[in-house]
Amino acid sequence: MARFYNIEVASRFMLGTAGYPSPAILSDAIAASGAEIVTVSLRREGAGGQGAAFWELIRATGARVLPNTAGCKSVKEAVTTAQMAREVFDTPWIKLEVIGEDDTLQPDVFALVEAAAELTRQGFQVFPYSTDDLIVAERLLSAGCEVLMPWGAPIGSGRGLNNPYQLRSLRAHFPGVPLVVDAGLGLPSHAAAAMELGYDAILLNTAVAKAGDPVAMARAFGEAIIAGRRGFEARPIEARDMAAPSTPVAGTPFWQSG
Amino acid sequence: MQIIVNGTAHSTGAGTLAALVEELGHDAAVVATALNGDFAPRGARAATPLAEGDRVEILAPMQGG
Repeated sequence: MARFYNIEVASRFMLGTAGYPSPAILSDAIAASGAEIVTVSLRREGAGGQGAAFWELIRATGARVLPNTAGCKSVKEAVTTAQMAREVFDTPWIKLEVIGEDDTLQPDVFALVEAAAELTRQGFQVFPYSTDDLIVAERLLSAGCEVLMPWGAPIGSGRGLNNPYQLRSLRAHFPGVPLVVDAGLGLPSHAAAAMELGYDAILLNTAVAKAGDPVAMARAFGEAIIAGRRGFEARPIEARDMAAPSTPVAGTPFWQSG
Repeated sequence: MQIIVNGTAHSTGAGTLAALVEELGHDAAVVATALNGDFAPRGARAATPLAEGDRVEILAPMQGG
């Protein structure tokens, strides 16, 4: 089981809900993924009232929602959006995004820490979307965050783990903190690799939503996350440079002896 | 009275935020509102007057990553 702010979940997969070919495929993908937590957002409501229909669809899946502050570029915007999300979705959880740069959608980590502190003061349980910087991670924990969500690579890039060394370093520095790789993954093997590093969960959206068959890809990621976690728990061997015979050498046949 | 709703100029007779939400036909229980950049809670909308030039945001659940 993974634990986020005293909520235990069996699945270590958090799935985004944006960009699917249809609402039906989104529903099926959530079911196939096994995810118990899905991310959602707030947008300007048009005349058609599409928001209510989407919210009904998500509620029908039974998943717990993690609202985000996507698109926010300042502390003020992020805090106001979080307040609005808390009212609409009726949850203290907030995936805090404060974007600092458009080409990479890189988090503005200074504003992120400031917004995380303010939202924690207001009773939110913050899931900060961050870079993999160690000191930023420490500041986020000091600000009251009890989960960290470093990026694997820029949002939607599908590159996988850009810096496995840094992710491993974060894991080693914060053994008791729930760590989630959020964003940038493209393949199930990327998710498995993150789980093998000892990460607690994976959050992704585009790799599933934009796959040729989103439902099949959701299932594939779900299986990869389970496999990666099991591999981590089974304590992998250390990599080494030279061969080590796997077949016992005692009792080798006569033609191999001098 | 001219105000800005979700970034677009809007002419309204609504005197309060609650009246504006109703005038626009939104489900008051589903949307969240902000006035001039500050969150305006659902329970406070009826007591939140609108003034010329106010900027109102009306947000609803949407897909997100």
